[in-house]
Amino acid sequence: MKSYGESKMRFQGKIHKYGVNINTDEIIPARFLNTSDVVELAKHCLEGLDEDFIHRVSTGDIIVAGKNFGCGSSREHAPLAIKECGISCVIAETFARIFYRNAINIGLPIVESKQAVKDAQTGDEILVDLEKGTIKNLTKKSLYKIQPFPSFMQELMKVGGLIEYVKKKTE
Amino acid sequence: MGMTITEKILAAHCGKKSVQPGELIQSKVDIALANDITAPLAIKQFKKLKAKKVFDSKKIVLVPDHFTPNKDIESAEQCKMLRSFVYEQKIEHYYEVGRGGIEHALLPEKGIVLPGDVVIGADSHTCTYGALGAFSTGVGSTDFAAAMVTGKCWFRIPETIKFIYKGKLKKWVSGKDLILYTIGDIGVDGALYHAMEFSGEVIKNISMADRMTMCNMAIEAGGKNGVIQPDDTTIEYIEARAERPYEIFNGDKDAKYKEIYEYNCSKIEPQVAFPNLPSNTRPISEVGEVFIDQAVIGSCTNGRIEDLRIAAQVLKRKKVHSYVRLIVFPATQNIYKQAIKEGLINIFINAGAAVSTPTCGPCLGGHMGVLAEGERAIATTNRNFSGRMGHLRSEVYLSNPAIAAASAIAGKIVSPDEL
Ligand code: SF4
Repeated sequence: MKSYGESKMRFQGKIHKYGVNINTDEIIPARFLNTSDVVELAKHCLEGLDEDFIHRVSTGDIIVAGKNFGCGSSREHAPLAIKECGISCVIAETFARIFYRNAINIGLPIVESKQAVKDAQTGDEILVDLEKGTIKNLTKKSLYKIQPFPSFMQELMKVGGLIEYVKKKTE
Repeated sequence: MGMTITEKILAAHCGKKSVQPGELIQSKVDIALANDITAPLAIKQFKKLKAKKVFDSKKIVLVPDHFTPNKDIESAEQCKMLRSFVYEQKIEHYYEVGRGGIEHALLPEKGIVLPGDVVIGADSHTCTYGALGAFSTGVGSTDFAAAMVTGKCWFRIPETIKFIYKGKLKKWVSGKDLILYTIGDIGVDGALYHAMEFSGEVIKNISMADRMTMCNMAIEAGGKNGVIQPDDTTIEYIEARAERPYEIFNGDKDAKYKEIYEYNCSKIEPQVAFPNLPSNTRPISEVGEVFIDQAVIGSCTNGRIEDLRIAAQVLKRKKVHSYVRLIVFPATQNIYKQAIKEGLINIFINAGAAVSTPTCGPCLGGHMGVLAEGERAIATTNRNFSGRMGHLRSEVYLSNPAIAAASAIAGKIVSPDEL
């Protein structure tokens, strides 16, 4: 299992682009939820949407999608599977709220940007810099500003998620 | 400036006089819930926190309902993990198979969740309890784990969208139709990050069961919570169950809403949500000819006794179409018992239905009624994403119990009036 310790703030990778309202049943269908083993879950990442994704994904890749990414159930198995299969960051127009919380809580970097999503295509090389608050599409040679996260969430992301954060507070 | 009921409850739980939308708060949690799918991940996180004890063993609720009775060995292992945690932590609210049911029907029924509470649940339909005048929302396993240790959870104060329902309900129209209609109107992200407040004369006149159905589906519009101002109907329901004190919060008259929607319900027909989104709704008169292989009546959305009564009223002295499987799953053991007492279960069985023990089972394509490739179901559940009930290329249509029952008889989607 990958470590969810201190997380990086810069991610570069190849894009896998998807549409709007990608739901948690597509990210990890319920039939695979009879385990909480993330390595097992990651084998089925996005299986409900794109059965071939898991064979094409490589470490560092970035998922780009339309609005309301991660809608549906509260299953944290969804962001866990995405993180474990090697995805470094998810960029979407908007995220469904439980997915948003879960991603931040487990230390999966997520970014909202309408324009970056609009312009991006599968295969493009993209660079996300959370510190600078920018997304660079290296293939398209375009630059986008991202809204900074509220400081509390930045803190959560810096320490690598809610568990690390609570640990620090209770120590 | 005035506050909405959601803002008032959250302010009271973070020790502030007032809060503003957008503010981030640490809220006290009155009840924290998880199930057999989400608790195992949370228990792993709990162990990572090296925590010895939960913050309060009376405020945590664990319900094995999704893959239970254990559908396979892996699920059995998950449930075992849950059970060991319950014994180790002396969790009071644990409801074993045969003595519980589907979490979101069970918690209100047992009086575990009350008006004015802040409830979090590692299940997206935790928003159901807003029907009691609580702030209640779905979170993930890590949030639940952190809350088990700290008794707290972080929230961004949501802006509220108000929905006012006016007029008189047509025949066969229920809370399910109102919420499907609303989601059809605003879309599956129409209330993203927002509180959805349901109000108006129609809401005052509908049952607690209908109100719970509506709040249950707030998440299908992206909502953070659904909420209804408590009234006499709420208090009557609560008084029969509450075992601890509770507080009724009243939204202010001058509260600020992000948007206000007004619906004339006299014009709303029973709704059917077509695949693959709950927002893909059509009135029953515009459904056309949709043949079905399966009809499913139950779930945390529409598995209450009121729902079973309506289904039985339609199915009485009728037979399920020979090409259709009808599966009825009462949401809790108490509902099941009541349905036996009222003769409803007899009606279902005589009509040719399969009646299942309370479980989430078919609702999430877990077990007890999974669909094959190309099969089509009508269901009183809340979600119809592709593959939700089985094969990726199977289809789910959402409706109220009357339409689902009538469709089971006709073999295609119809209103009881067309039988
Ligand atoms: S009945 Fe369906 S929607 Fe309700 S808790 Fe179970 S799986 Fe979730």
